[in-house]
Amino acid sequence: MSTATSAPSALAPLHSQTIAELSARLVRGELSAVELTKAVIERTRAVEPQVKAFNSFDEADALAQAAASDVRRAAGEALGPLDGIPIGLKDVIAVRDQPLTASSRMLANFVSPYDATVTERLKNAGAVLWGRLNLDEFAMGSSTENSATQTTRNPWDLACVPGGSSGGSAAAVAAGQAIATLGSDTGGSIRQPAAFCGVVGLKPSYGLVSRYGLIAFASSLDQIGPFTRTVEDAALLLQAIAGHDARDSTSFNTQIPDYRAALAQAGKPSAWKLGVPKEYFGEGIDAEVSAAVERAIEFYRAQGCEIVEVSLPHTRYCLDVYYVLATAEASSNLARYDGIRYGHRAQGASDIVDLYFKSRAEGFGEEVKRRIILGTYVLSSGYYDAYYLRAQKVRRLVTQDFLNAYAKVDALITPTVPAPAFKVGAKADPLALYLCDIYTIGANLAGLPAISLPCGFTAGGLPIGLQLIGQPFGEAALLRIAQAYETAHDWHRRVPAL
Amino acid sequence: MANYEAVIGLEVHVQLRTRSKMFTRVPTGYGQPENTLTDPTVLALPGALPVMNRAALDAIIKAGLMLGCEIAPVCKWDRKNYFYPDSPKNYQISQYDQPICLGGAVEIELPGSARNVMGEHKHIPLTRIHLEEDVGKCTHGASDSLVDYNRAGTPLMEIVSEPALHSGEEAYAYLTALRAAMVQGDISECDMEKGQMRCDANISIRPVGSTELGTKVELKNLNSISYVRAGIDHEIKRQIALLESGGVIVQETRDYDGLTGASQSLRTKEMAHDYRYFPDPDLMPVRVDEAWKARLRATCPELPFDRQRRFFADYALPYTLTSVLVWDKPLADYFEEAVKLAGAQRAQPIGNWIVNDLLRELKAGGAGGAGGLSLSEVRVRPEHIAELVELVESGKLLSQAAKEVFAEMFATGESPAVVAEKRGLLAEPADASELEAWCRAAIAENEKAAAEFRAGKESAINGLKGPVMKASRGKANPKEVDATLRRLLAG
Repeated sequence: MSTATSAPSALAPLHSQTIAELSARLVRGELSAVELTKAVIERTRAVEPQVKAFNSFDEADALAQAAASDVRRAAGEALGPLDGIPIGLKDVIAVRDQPLTASSRMLANFVSPYDATVTERLKNAGAVLWGRLNLDEFAMGSSTENSATQTTRNPWDLACVPGGSSGGSAAAVAAGQAIATLGSDTGGSIRQPAAFCGVVGLKPSYGLVSRYGLIAFASSLDQIGPFTRTVEDAALLLQAIAGHDARDSTSFNTQIPDYRAALAQAGKPSAWKLGVPKEYFGEGIDAEVSAAVERAIEFYRAQGCEIVEVSLPHTRYCLDVYYVLATAEASSNLARYDGIRYGHRAQGASDIVDLYFKSRAEGFGEEVKRRIILGTYVLSSGYYDAYYLRAQKVRRLVTQDFLNAYAKVDALITPTVPAPAFKVGAKADPLALYLCDIYTIGANLAGLPAISLPCGFTAGGLPIGLQLIGQPFGEAALLRIAQAYETAHDWHRRVPAL
Repeated sequence: MANYEAVIGLEVHVQLRTRSKMFTRVPTGYGQPENTLTDPTVLALPGALPVMNRAALDAIIKAGLMLGCEIAPVCKWDRKNYFYPDSPKNYQISQYDQPICLGGAVEIELPGSARNVMGEHKHIPLTRIHLEEDVGKCTHGASDSLVDYNRAGTPLMEIVSEPALHSGEEAYAYLTALRAAMVQGDISECDMEKGQMRCDANISIRPVGSTELGTKVELKNLNSISYVRAGIDHEIKRQIALLESGGVIVQETRDYDGLTGASQSLRTKEMAHDYRYFPDPDLMPVRVDEAWKARLRATCPELPFDRQRRFFADYALPYTLTSVLVWDKPLADYFEEAVKLAGAQRAQPIGNWIVNDLLRELKAGGAGGAGGLSLSEVRVRPEHIAELVELVESGKLLSQAAKEVFAEMFATGESPAVVAEKRGLLAEPADASELEAWCRAAIAENEKAAAEFRAGKESAINGLKGPVMKASRGKANPKEVDATLRRLLAG
């Protein structure tokens, strides 16, 4: 276990500190939001040419928000732990009067006239909204290589991808270009890049966080969630964005616990039962990843947790089910990008059908088109029953697998991704890329909360992610279990040498 | 020609009269400046989501209950995918395999042999009624097209009949009955000019006696009930002529032009859409429980034909009166209010006053005469009509005088007793001996009539009443005159 690059937090530069630390300093008056925001802006300027995490950022706007935060604080009206903290948003989350591109040519010039619910909630919490973060176009991909803007680089190895689709959100936190960020996760798009970039990534239970204002990829799977440096920060950010929203019919009306308070309660690892799904440790898993996760399991065992082997027998169908359901929904969700009301409109179209063909042919990238075509196919007359309907049935079986496991255990412990980050351009075959999501998709299909946190590094210096999958709306317990590991390790204190 | 039978099914779209749109709080409206009734959801901006308007679900459940449909226990939403600029999401949120209303029927009346004779009644079975969102409106110019999304997202129900209609006349009767039910239930204003009610017809023909359905043609853009009748009859003739001349009917969609009376093909079956229906993942299914249905059932008005049957049974009204009253709910309510005050035995004269005199004045538009008043604007209230009828029935007011009273009462809103009193039109309570003297004189001066009456000719008594009334200068109470004459003649 090497700690060579870790630094005591108080001496760490502002841009690599946590929300909890910075918030405490803001409260104590040792730091102003403007100072903090300037530090993040400077850091961003310095490393952005290498990392390429942002589609765009608006320094003046961020500084104005920071100044407003300082005014509030001076007046004794600070809004809570996020007040004055620079937080970046994946470029699929609407912010009023800011660009919203989904890293697509289709929306290259689109400016949102409205705020997403999470945006509204972050504003209400006083956060300094900072930058539009890169992703695979329309969140379709696992590396940001499908972005029409640029490929974001992994801050731990600039030759490697940061993962995806929320690669910009993960890389920005790892590189100190934001204190925390929001991403979205449809099949692993928060957890996989979190694992690749050595940060904490949480996908909440389906329905915990409003999707209003999130550009839809697959409506029944999409969830917005935080990227942070620590589990505690994830709790703080989740607190701000979670909760019922009348503008999203799929948002769940449930009492939101105090996540940070839940963390503060002394956890009793001896009371926890953790399940190790045997299907997640089979063929194709990288030896270093496997070893790191085994060590994490041993850690929990040593703490007194009961470790139980469980089976999720339908795991092998997850990828197939996912690519039927997600593409079907996407084919319909992306129909609105037609060049009529907004977005890219092709020149020289001869009629309306030609306008649709040309605008969409020019506006969408290859992977988006592939998925629209696949989704259109599986919904077509004569194929619906064989694909979409069957996939829905198998989805129910997958969910039942998890619920059966939760009759015996409190959470599941797995690798986040079978292997560490790969080199840019190394996975030209889309199918090879789809396999990156093999351990993360299950939680989306079943609507479960799942978190990825750093659990080691490869010999080559690439982060390895540990995934914990919790019970429906069991975020508080999940965060507590994750934090038990985090506080005993310092992987999360490491920063990449940029 | 007589060897063919037409089979027609109608798909009727009815806009629901809700304040806000189907899936967002933006108000519904007609005639507003273009693209002002919009928001991120209506315009399908990136990230916008739908949230169901419960008032729309209320309205369709109420419609279903009125038409005897079975109400599904769960309201489920599907996406109907197709590209057209008037559809902002390029899919329409609709209901595919689980419509909220199943079955039910629309009762229709076909024209009778004469205006005052009730026609044949039929029940046209419904397949389903489902809820969906309306689309926007395209205006096509020479080199470009404009889209207005004000209408987009307005709640719309589609009422699908079984192929159980056989003529343009039946379709006309069906739409008339359906529209009345929807208007009376306050579900829609059904103004076809404003597109609040729209009708497509599926028409096929087959040899009489055959049970198989022929190839159907869908007729679109039938934008008035008369055009539906004319368009269907035109299409039936076209299909028969085509078959008779050795042609083949192709499955297609045709556009009927009500002004020219001609139709042309829009698209054939080969160009039909594959709508790729699937459940909308943005909307949760909504459970409709018994309490919800019961609450709406309590708000359902009586259907016009049911009311007509009750008017026959309770008030013995003639067909001609009921066939005016029951199609106009406020008027029928007005009628029943008056009847409640004056008693069921006076229902017919009350109906006559309302249907003949009141409606005539309404149409004339009162004093201004500017073409039509609505019942709510009128100063004559049901209690006035009740009182007027009572005055006439009790003999205190003569029919001719009553007409005069009505006209003034309509103009001023004063009660009939006050008007009659003011104008000196009330029959005076005559002195009994004076009345008897007039009667004796009349009998003496008209021996022939008196003799005929005594011999059993009932109508001869009228020849005696005239002179009595004349002697009283019209103020004798006709009932008392009649009674006195009979007593004297019998004596």
